[in-house]
Amino acid sequence: MPIHDQSYRRYAGQREAPGAAWLVIARTGIKAALSKRLFLWVMLGAWGQFFVRSVVFYLSANFPSMDILAPSVQTFRQFFEIQWIFVFFVTVYVGSGLVANDRRSNALQIYLSKPLTRVEYVAGKLGVLVFFLLGVTLLPALALLLVQIMFSASLSFVVENLFLLPAITLYALVQVLLAAFTILALSSLSNSARYAGILYAGMVLFSNAVFRVLQGFTSSTELAWLSFQANQDQVGDVIFRLPTRFESPWFMSALMILVVIGLSAWVLERRVRGVEVMT
Amino acid sequence: MNAPDDTTQPVASVERVTVRYGTQLALSDVAADFSTGAVGLLGPNGAGKSTLLKVLLGFVTPTSGRMQVLGLDVAERPLDIRARLGYMPESDGHIPDMNAVSFVAYCGQLAGLPESDAMQRAHEVLYYVGLGEARYRNIETYSTGMKQRIKLAQALVHDPDLLFLDEPTNGMDPKGRDEMLELVVDLATRKGVNLILSSHLLPDVESTCARVVVMHQGAIATQGSIAELKERRRQVFEIRIKGDRETFVQALHGIGVECHDAEDDLLRVFINDDQGPRDLFAVATDHEIQVRHLRPSVPTLEDVFAEAIGEE
Repeated sequence: MPIHDQSYRRYAGQREAPGAAWLVIARTGIKAALSKRLFLWVMLGAWGQFFVRSVVFYLSANFPSMDILAPSVQTFRQFFEIQWIFVFFVTVYVGSGLVANDRRSNALQIYLSKPLTRVEYVAGKLGVLVFFLLGVTLLPALALLLVQIMFSASLSFVVENLFLLPAITLYALVQVLLAAFTILALSSLSNSARYAGILYAGMVLFSNAVFRVLQGFTSSTELAWLSFQANQDQVGDVIFRLPTRFESPWFMSALMILVVIGLSAWVLERRVRGVEVMT
Repeated sequence: MNAPDDTTQPVASVERVTVRYGTQLALSDVAADFSTGAVGLLGPNGAGKSTLLKVLLGFVTPTSGRMQVLGLDVAERPLDIRARLGYMPESDGHIPDMNAVSFVAYCGQLAGLPESDAMQRAHEVLYYVGLGEARYRNIETYSTGMKQRIKLAQALVHDPDLLFLDEPTNGMDPKGRDEMLELVVDLATRKGVNLILSSHLLPDVESTCARVVVMHQGAIATQGSIAELKERRRQVFEIRIKGDRETFVQALHGIGVECHDAEDDLLRVFINDDQGPRDLFAVATDHEIQVRHLRPSVPTLEDVFAEAIGEE
């Protein structure tokens, strides 16, 4: 009698109903990213601002002479502006290979031969990015709000700015969804993660450069909607109920953000397929 | 989870399926039934075999026609079908930066197995396909033969009722090829897994499958039990001649006899029921050709294939 049967056996255990595979994809992608030491340093760095601002909140709450450092809505708006650089790095580091690597290794046909839809596949990949991007935007911002309440031992700041909690959530979602959809679409256009990363960086930096050059020529910021970054800034100002920084209408920026997300979804619909048909 | 008990019910069937890639006609009015057990999908490269499998998987939507797999409509219930189906693609495919056991377990989870069961099944299946000792190696370091085995493992991990094997022996050395074919036979005969084996290699299909569907230029050329298809052939003779081969072949065609080239300068000659070897000698004599060798033979799958695709 063999000690261990190494032959093929039929499986009579439990099976999940179709629909949960996106969670498997997201969980595996998150674990894979967390296994990389460089990425952990990036994530740790992304929380640096939170720690610095926590110290500032502590000082302003406990030392009257430091009252000038007391938090305001502007503080949270600035927090997101500074976090932008980490959003950029995390997007490129995690997102550029999410679909490109699967395309390079013909993994799409493996994925889509399992009981999962193309939407689930994209949702799983988006889940990886959204998890980390919320981890460098929404999570530290909410933690900062909590720290403010704890150090001041009062809810008065939150009560005076009731819109702040939804504003933080909404703006974080705008940033995260825009970055996640864009990089995923670019990743699906190539078999090379490096190329997808360069495309994304080029798109962000080039669109901003074009806007700044045109601003120089026209001495106006009416063309801010051309810039990937300026659109987020403009919409962010509106969400945080601050004066907008550019002359272009804010709804134009909001529209551009929706167009980019819509275009990305369309690209993903075209590129994420079990078989590539060349006609 | 098992295939339908009714073994007369096909595990997959296509009815008048047409597929176009742009202006290119990939499948033309294809109708075929794949019965239980092992069925070969045979045809030269470009015949439409892989396209047919991709249509059945739901990767490609046909221009017209209906398809059923395991009694379910492909257009209506693709996920339920794929939960019970394993696909071993022709081209290499794996998830980057994963070792074999993680990859196969991941595929199991994608197919709906709980994490612990998927991991246990991954180990078992990797042993079964002969990768037990290499299961912790990154797949990118695998040889071509090992990559074929890992593709089979990921197709098997969730215990499918039906397997699609697309050119499973591609790039394998003779020993590896034999082992792969043994696995296919074992799965089909002893493990109760139905399978469709797509190949352009006749010996692979003949050694593993009882039935065959022959495709040519995007259409079904013939289908049925291999034994029956062989029986349909007329009397076969192997003949070697000295003289003008072309003239001899033309002359045989003239009396309604079909010839195919075979190895070692031999011709395989298919004579009708009302004919005999005397007719062959008569043609040879009329054209001053010497018959150096004449031996009765048995019809092979190659003959069936050649006739089906109209090859001389």
